[in-house]
Amino acid sequence: MSLFDDYHPLKGKMFQILKPDGTLHLDMKPPVSDQEIFNLYQKMVFIRLADQKALMLQRQGRMGTYAPVWGQEACQVGSASVLRKGDWVFPAFRELGASLMMGVPLKTIYLYWMGNEEGSRAPDGINMMPVSIPVGTHPLHAVGTAWAAKIKGDKIVTVSYFGDGATSKGDFHEAMNLAGVFKVPTIFFCQNNQFAISVPRKIQTASETIAQKAVAYGVDGIQVDGNDLFAVYAATKEAVDKARSGGGATLIEGVTYRFGPHTTADDPTKYRREEEIEPWKALDPLVRLRLYLKGRGLWNDEVEKQVTEKAQNEIDQAVKEAEAVSTPDVEDIFKYVYAEMTPQLQEQMEYLKGTL
Amino acid sequence: MPRLNMVEAINLALREEMERDDRIVVLGEDVGREGGVFRVTDGLQARFGDDRVVDTPLAEAGIVGTAMGMALYGLRPIAEIQFDGFLYPCLDQITNHIGRMRNRSRGRFTCPLVIRVPYGGGIHAPEHHSESPEAILAHTPGIKVVIPSTPYEAKGLLLSSIRSPDPVIFLEPKRIYRAIREEVPEGDYTIPLGKARMVQKGKDVTVIAWGAMVREVLNAAEELKGDKINLEIIDPRTISPMDVDSIIHSVRKTGRVVIVHEAPKTCGLGAEIIALINEKAFLSLQSPIERVTGFDIPVPLLKSEHYYLPNPKRIVMAVKKVMSF
Repeated sequence: MSLFDDYHPLKGKMFQILKPDGTLHLDMKPPVSDQEIFNLYQKMVFIRLADQKALMLQRQGRMGTYAPVWGQEACQVGSASVLRKGDWVFPAFRELGASLMMGVPLKTIYLYWMGNEEGSRAPDGINMMPVSIPVGTHPLHAVGTAWAAKIKGDKIVTVSYFGDGATSKGDFHEAMNLAGVFKVPTIFFCQNNQFAISVPRKIQTASETIAQKAVAYGVDGIQVDGNDLFAVYAATKEAVDKARSGGGATLIEGVTYRFGPHTTADDPTKYRREEEIEPWKALDPLVRLRLYLKGRGLWNDEVEKQVTEKAQNEIDQAVKEAEAVSTPDVEDIFKYVYAEMTPQLQEQMEYLKGTL
Repeated sequence: MPRLNMVEAINLALREEMERDDRIVVLGEDVGREGGVFRVTDGLQARFGDDRVVDTPLAEAGIVGTAMGMALYGLRPIAEIQFDGFLYPCLDQITNHIGRMRNRSRGRFTCPLVIRVPYGGGIHAPEHHSESPEAILAHTPGIKVVIPSTPYEAKGLLLSSIRSPDPVIFLEPKRIYRAIREEVPEGDYTIPLGKARMVQKGKDVTVIAWGAMVREVLNAAEELKGDKINLEIIDPRTISPMDVDSIIHSVRKTGRVVIVHEAPKTCGLGAEIIALINEKAFLSLQSPIERVTGFDIPVPLLKSEHYYLPNPKRIVMAVKKVMSF
């Protein structure tokens, strides 16, 4: 029996390995070694601090509108860490964590949110698509890319990240359907963070879970505790291995919670009471991993201090480098629109230069 | 009389019309409990209930397509699409269905509805939040396209749009949502669709602009006073159908024209207005017509957005060019 049979979406069970108190479920074990768990924990701390830094920079007017990842670190670290070089990731707009895991420098990510298009350019060799703001439109691209790899016989997989809101869009359903029909090697990773801006998950869909939508399209689906790094890792690993060996697509619903606002332009107090957040705080993905590591003798206050300091230094350096980048030149807004600048754009650019 | 900004004026129009007409249903993403991301629908759900002010799932084509179905059955839906860039999935519904139903059914079925969309740049927003798609919409038969440029205008035009027997896309220039405050009467008043506004009379150059660009033109007009150049400023208000007569009347007087729009230049409405002037007032022209527009590129992110947006300096240059021809 595979994981996807055990946790078939219509059984109504959520896959969890690590309990909120930091202990393991009976007969379950972590999918990776303690050393690797500690490494992933460090990544999660780094992501949380980098995220907080972005929120601070926005408040200080040093960054534009920003969509924080706060609370969703396990979803992104657990899933992206099973990917190999050569795999492709199609993010939405809340994927600071997945981007970093794919190897995009923090400086690049910050540049994007500071309003510089250079921030959308992943380094060569890293198949990380730019942020996709139109909700739910990009899983189709992940399906197409995976499909192309299948046609060409390449053993790569693709992953699209999106939220609960995206599952209401027609494009999402077309993507699921196409992936099912053509059995393409892709993973649909839904971070169900309970809100699409102000609209709660229960208004988004009358389905009991998002994972069960997979059943209608003939692909595997699984609901995992998105704040449990081990469960996310194990489920994604199984989905990726299956995809790579020709078994087709999987929809993973990571049940998590958006601790922050939708973006810095949002005021959650309009639609969410503080008491609603409280029960989720105990489920914070970092808290439970810390408890686990402590139980294994790998974590204490001193370790935390070192991990935090190291992360903070790197983050400060990334801010410094991003802020040192000068305002783009006039040419920059024209020269990437076509392979070769059209006569019209050439003329418009010359005109603009003459007005500055 | 209360002095309101455009957000408050539109909110007031919605509130008053919903009191008068219980066929009106407001639907969209975050329009209910949150009151809209710009707070345009603030307080409406509390007042009218969640049957009439509906938080929908995140599905733009679904919102607009079901709004059409509601209109067919006698409701007056007012759909909100949260940002301009998210309107594109709705084009299938708008172009293939909403704009055609009256014609296809030979008048048997109609779908009077309003689609409100905050549009345009200038607020340092993320990608896909700064689009100006008015030309695409004006190119679509069977729908009307309305763009207010002040709070007073917004209320009067919205009330006319809601009462229109034809579907209306109501583009709200988000850059000036809160930038202008003026007296907006309480109670019922309308501004007819298809009629331009004479923003300012002048004798030298006709400048045609709408939405947030009207304010830029007014600022340019201030600068040009020093050069003793008087602008006649016309705001079409309804982009489709365009009030051709008002434009031609002005062109016959001034003989010189500058058109300002934020949308890309190629196939922008400026091109259409030039063609109309050529057809009806060519012999009145004393110089070629100038356009001050966005460029044929995606709207840049915030660090480069200032390169893109038409500004008073570019408008002044264009005016001087037509004056010195």
